[in-house]
Formats: sequence, C-alpha cells, structure tokens
Amino acid sequence: MPSKVVKEKSMIIQKEMIANHFRELSTAKETGKKVVYTFVPGNISELILAFDMLPVYPEINALQSGMRKKSEKFIQDAERIGHSEDVCTYVKCDIGMMINGNIGPTGEKIPPPDLLLLSYTGCFTFMKWFENLKRLYPGVPVAMLHTPYQEDKKITPEMTRYMVKQLKEEVIPKMEQVSGVKYDEEKLKNILRNSSKVEDAILRIFDTTKNKPSPIDAYFAGVYYIGPINSGFRGTPEAVNYYEELYSEIMERVRLGLGPITPEGEMENERFRLVVEGPPNWTHFREFWKLFYDFGAVIVASSYTKVGGVYDMGFRVDPDKPLDSLADYCMNCYTNLNLEQRIDLLSKCITDYKADGFLVNSIKSCNSFSAGQLMIMKELERKLEIPVGLIESDLVDPRYFSYSNIKNRLESFFQMLDQRKIILNY
Amino acid sequence: MESLKQLINKCEGLAFDLNYTRAKQWKSEGDGRVLVGYMPIYFPREIIHAMNGLAVGILGGGDKKQIIRGDAYYQSYICHMPRGIIELALDGHFDQFDGFLFPSICDVIRNLSGMFRVLRKGKFVKYMDFPQNFQKHIGGEFFKYELMDIVDKISKINKVKFSPEKLNEGIQLFNKNRALINAVYGLRKKSPWKISADEVYSIIRAGYVIPVEEHNEILKKAIELLGSMDGEPMDKIRVMIIGAFCEQPPLSLIKTIEQAGCYIIEDDFLLGSKWIQGDVEAGTSDPVGAIVDAYLNKSTFSSTVYDVDNPKEVRMIKLFNESKADGIIFAAPSFCDPALLDHPILQSSCHDNDIRYISFLFSENTGQFKVIKEQVGTFSDSIKLWEGETVNLK
Ligand code: SF4
Ligand code: SF4
Repeated sequence: MPSKVVKEKSMIIQKEMIANHFRELSTAKETGKKVVYTFVPGNISELILAFDMLPVYPEINALQSGMRKKSEKFIQDAERIGHSEDVCTYVKCDIGMMINGNIGPTGEKIPPPDLLLLSYTGCFTFMKWFENLKRLYPGVPVAMLHTPYQEDKKITPEMTRYMVKQLKEEVIPKMEQVSGVKYDEEKLKNILRNSSKVEDAILRIFDTTKNKPSPIDAYFAGVYYIGPINSGFRGTPEAVNYYEELYSEIMERVRLGLGPITPEGEMENERFRLVVEGPPNWTHFREFWKLFYDFGAVIVASSYTKVGGVYDMGFRVDPDKPLDSLADYCMNCYTNLNLEQRIDLLSKCITDYKADGFLVNSIKSCNSFSAGQLMIMKELERKLEIPVGLIESDLVDPRYFSYSNIKNRLESFFQMLDQRKIILNY
Repeated sequence: MESLKQLINKCEGLAFDLNYTRAKQWKSEGDGRVLVGYMPIYFPREIIHAMNGLAVGILGGGDKKQIIRGDAYYQSYICHMPRGIIELALDGHFDQFDGFLFPSICDVIRNLSGMFRVLRKGKFVKYMDFPQNFQKHIGGEFFKYELMDIVDKISKINKVKFSPEKLNEGIQLFNKNRALINAVYGLRKKSPWKISADEVYSIIRAGYVIPVEEHNEILKKAIELLGSMDGEPMDKIRVMIIGAFCEQPPLSLIKTIEQAGCYIIEDDFLLGSKWIQGDVEAGTSDPVGAIVDAYLNKSTFSSTVYDVDNPKEVRMIKLFNESKADGIIFAAPSFCDPALLDHPILQSSCHDNDIRYISFLFSENTGQFKVIKEQVGTFSDSIKLWEGETVNLK
C-alpha cells in the first residue's frame, strides 16, 4: 500500500514563495513595481531583480493553465483569432489567457508588461511569441537579447562579447529607462553570489539519484524542484534557503533508504531507472506520473530540468564577472546545446545514474526539443546499447494526450526492459 | 537561337536536378574548388565565391524524392523539407560537397545542422547565427566574425587565401544577379501573361545550383527573349504569395494557383536570391563589412528576422501596393512555426487595410490540389465579382 503523502517543509516554503510572488505581481500597479515578461531558458532574473522589477514567465503561466485544465479553452480562443493548429501551444495558451483577462495560476490578475525581455535562448519560437505580444501590448518596449547557439560545441569569446554588448547597450539601458533605477553592478554581483550557491545545490540535489533506490524522481518531482530557480528566484536568499532545505530532506531520505515521494505516496519498489528527454505533458500531469509509478519506474535524470540552466558540465555563474556570467549562463541552457552536446549530456546521465532505459516524450508542438530527438535515440542506443522508447503528447493541448496510446507504448517499453534485465542477469 | 521554351526547360532540368550535376562538374573542372551546400533562406554566396567555391542551395527533395529513411528521423508533426534533405544526404546526393551551412531560421534547421554533424557529412557543418541585433558594432561585428569563420573553414580545405579583391569581384557578380532577377520579376509584374510563375520560378531556382556567371547569362537571355514576346492578357487577379520562403511549394502547386485564375506577381519563394534589396557596396577596402552592412540595412522582411523596429506587416502592405496586387495568398508549409506564427500579425493588417486574402497549408510533396484549386478559384472569382467589397475567405 502506498503511504500517505506528507508535505515536506520545502514544499511549504516553495508554495509560500510562489504565492508571495503572484501577490506582489497582482499589486504591482499600486506599489509601482515594474513588470518584465521573459522566458525560462536564458532566464536572467538576477538582472531584473537588480532593477527591483518583477519577472513574469508566460511559459510558466501556460503550463499552470495546463495543469488547471484551462489551457484547452485558451488555445481554442487563440486559434479563433487566427493562430494555427500547428504551432507551439504555449504561445496560444498564453495569448488565450491574455484575451481572457490574464488571470494567473493563483486566481489573481497578472499585470501587463512594462518591458518584454526577449531573451532569445534555445528556441526560435520565443521571438515569434514576443513579436505577437508586442502587437498585443502596443507601446511596451522590447529588449532583445540574442543568445548565439553552441553550434560548435563551445562558447567562443566572440559569442560572449556579442551578448555582453547587447546586455550593456540594449538590455540594461531599457531596464534603466523602464524602472527608473540606475544599473548597480555591485548589487548584481551580490545577487549572483546567491545564484552560484543555488546552482551548486541544484546539482547536489539531482545528483542524489545516484543512490539506489533513488530518493527523488528527477522528472515529475524535478519540475517542482526547478520551479523557484525558473520562475524568478535565481539569486534570492529565499532560493538559497529553499534549496538547502530541500537538499537536507532528500539526504534524510537517502539515509533512510527511501524512494521518491509521489502524489500516490512513496514509491517503495524501484523496478526501473530511466532517463527522460523532452518536456512533460501538463494537462494530465498526475495521470502521466501515475503511469510510471504503477510500473515502478523512477526517472533518475531528465533533460527538461536543465532547460533553465545546465550545471552538470561544470558551469557556474562567476559573481566577479557578472555580465559575462549571465551571457554564458544563457548559452549553457539545454536547448541552446547542439545535438552532439545533448547526446553527450544524456549519455553521461544514463551512465552516471545507472539508468536501465532512455525514453523520449516527444511534444507535438515543440520543435526546439522534438526536431532531432529520433536521432538522439538512435545514437544513444548505438553508443550505450540501452533500450530506448518514444511516447508522444503535447505540453498544454489536451487534444493530443492519448492515455491508452501512452500506456500501451510504456507497457511494451517496460516489457523490453524486463527482458533485458533477465538476459543481463543470466 | 535558343527559344524561351528551351531556356525554361533547361532551367527546370538544372533547378530540380537532385544530383547537383552541374555543380559537381564545376568542381571537377578546376583545382582547389569547393562545394558548399546552404539551407534556406539566405546566405551571402559572395563569400564562398571569393574562396574558390560554389554555394549550392539545398531546398529539399520536393515531390521528386521518395522518402524512405527520412521519416525515421522526423516525427510526423515536423515540416517535410528536412526529411527530404536527410534522405538526400543518406542517399549520397551530397557526397562531393565539402561543407554545409545552416542559416538560423528556425529550430528545425538548427537541429538539422546537429544531425549533419552526427552523420559526419562534409568536412564542415556550420549553423550560422545571423544576428538579431542590427547595430553595426554589435550584431554587425558578430556577423563578420561568423562569416570569417566560414572563410577559415574553407581555407583549411583548399588552402585559398582570402582576398578582398576576389570578394569585390563576387559582390559585383551577385549585384548583377539580383538586378537581373529583379528585372525578370519586373517584366513579370508588368506583363504576367508573357511568362508563367512556374517558369520564372525555374529560371530563378536554376541559379541555386550553378555558378553565378552562368546564371547571369541565363537571366540576360530570358530578359531578351521576354522583351520580344507579345501574348494575350487574361482575366486573372494579381496575387502575392506569402509564407513559402523555406520549404518550397511543388511546381504543380504554383501552376495550380495560376490555373485557378491568378497571376502570381509577387512571392517569397526562393527568397534568398532577392534577400538583399539593392546592391552590396562594391569596391570597398572592407568587402566583408559591405556584406554585413547590406544584411543589417538592406534585408527584406521575413518571418525569421526580428522585426520590432521595422514591422513586417507595414513592409508587406507596401510591397502589396507597389506590386498593384489584388489579394494575398498565405501559403505556408504545414508545421512551419515561423511562417504560421506570423499569420495573425500579417492577416490582421490585411484586415485593417481592406486587403483580401486566403490561406492554406502545403508541403513540398503535396500531390493533390483539388481543394486548393477550388479555394483559389473562389478567391479569384470573389475579387473579380465583388471588387470594392471586403471579403475574406478563410
Ligand atoms: S517551441 Fe518549445 S521551447 Fe519553444 S516556446 Fe514552445 S514549448 Fe517552449
Ligand atoms: S519549413 Fe518552416 S519549420 Fe520547416 S525548416 Fe523551414 S522554416 Fe523551419
């Protein structure tokens, strides 16, 4: 019997952090705080905080709308005003939410942006998204921060210089203008000191899946763990506190030899360890997770939790070089890595965390992740001789979530893993 | 003398030759020559020319290449063109190519560059980050660095030293090429009954796979022959096509649109060949800088370029008015995020300007045109019959 779900202290801290943030947003007009819309990859919230502004993440709002079963209507409303069925559903969900009054996940209204920070990292659609928002919020300035792709598996000094110049000459002046606050490098450095601590803690947290049983699920629970760092708390003392608390709770589970906490209770019997590539489906998140729980499958690493920053390969912000660090941080986000780097990273995860299989959740409307995934699968299968599987769904469009289809595919995949285990043990 | 029909047939043969015979032959005719394949939309071919190379436009397999292995590389909800390109790569069509360039137009092309790297195609594979910052000392400087990186890569292969003189020569040739292409379009706009849109298309597309010097000769000949033609105008509406800048419509689709009562007098097919509006400054001491300046200041509007300071809908309407078009057809490849995410912006501006439009999706291997033909026919009739009224048939 699964045991009762216990709310850990870290969960309560996170809930409060997020609630406070949305409360602050809902009163931004009264308090005079300026609001910046931006994206999770290349999420330079430290800079936003250095100007005392509040970030809003349309992607997070979209995924929350998906979880709260509101996305279907939002998407259809966006399609009604001319958006195609074939494009990224986050964009449509966000635009649908906006035309329906912009009520955020906590039921409070999200204020319109004072600045659109187009941190154009790892996804081409971001640019199209904000070109659309720009027209829906006429007069709001856009600050473009173009992040070059790591096409040659490296960050060159020229790439960093290009980004730093944009920060200095495009982004910072617009932030100064909108906020009325002067850029203060010392303040940014102090914020980045916290980011560096948080990055360390995140790496330690996700590294605990080396244990058997794994004390956490690095995908389904992982998306909650990355919540604060991806939604505006990079560089805050609250984030440092949250991640330290979370880490100590997880270490306690390791000490007690416990498996991950899931909505169905604690996972008591770890049968399969998987590495998963691709974002999850949000509209049926709990059913989706339960499918894995029922099969005794734990996700020991996922690419999705690296979408707002990759720390496994040694990158940390350096508070003494604040703008260079922000640039390098953006360029190091998962979807800004080229296919070979993604394969290397996933390979490392499979090996380090002793995964039994590799699974792709391919998202219908996300080219940034999906294009190339079949080749990633082929390569990992070839290099590591590991069973690979593919399921398909969408982020926030419930029309593309087929429970039976996913269940059938997972069944065959887990059968394959079982057979392999028998052969390997023979 | 070669007739226009013969010239067009020759161009069609070149344009759709998926073995790139003429390009490969050109390579074999001289020492140190390199072939560099580039994906849509635009790449300054002058750079490759200066390095004793030929830039070959790769536009997918169209309806001419059966996809057998390509589908194993792409899920069904990704546009068609990249699977055609992978199929061509796996079948050895690019075997004598030295390198491949992937301009930064979307995530599909970006990740395709990764696939080429994994498949170890060519001696180099470069995803080319075109700047989205248009200030000379920011985006311009970065673009220059990207271009010089390509120069280095080619130089490592053929040991050719970069020479500003050679690049200036190339700039002149390509300026000529764009001027001639514009002249062909100009003639077509003036008298669209003299040559059909699919014929113009073949003439322009031939230039993607042959040396620019040869293409310039073809264009000159075409202009000369067109000048001496008459032809009968037909009762068709004048349309502009928007959205087909990357994956190309099959030739039969272009024909279908015209057969259904339209003259296509403006389009974004093969957009790379007319990307720079006007000339790149020739004869300067910094010709790479001249190419960079042209990109920053003379690029056409496109779904792949950040446009906040220069809105694409305004530029589209301007082009529409200059072309004296009657309506717009939004024809985008299925699952093409850049094109489709622009539709609400562009279409609402049509609405605001009382411009009639229709929209449909295609893929490069679409074989059935009945529905499209009916839709376009109705559109054409509606414009002819209800001139002056606003009717948007979606
Ligand atoms: S395409 Fe993918 S990465 Fe880009 S905005 Fe949509 S969901 Fe996010
Ligand atoms: S057709 Fe569209 S989505 Fe496909 S490769 Fe071209 S630009 Fe990208």
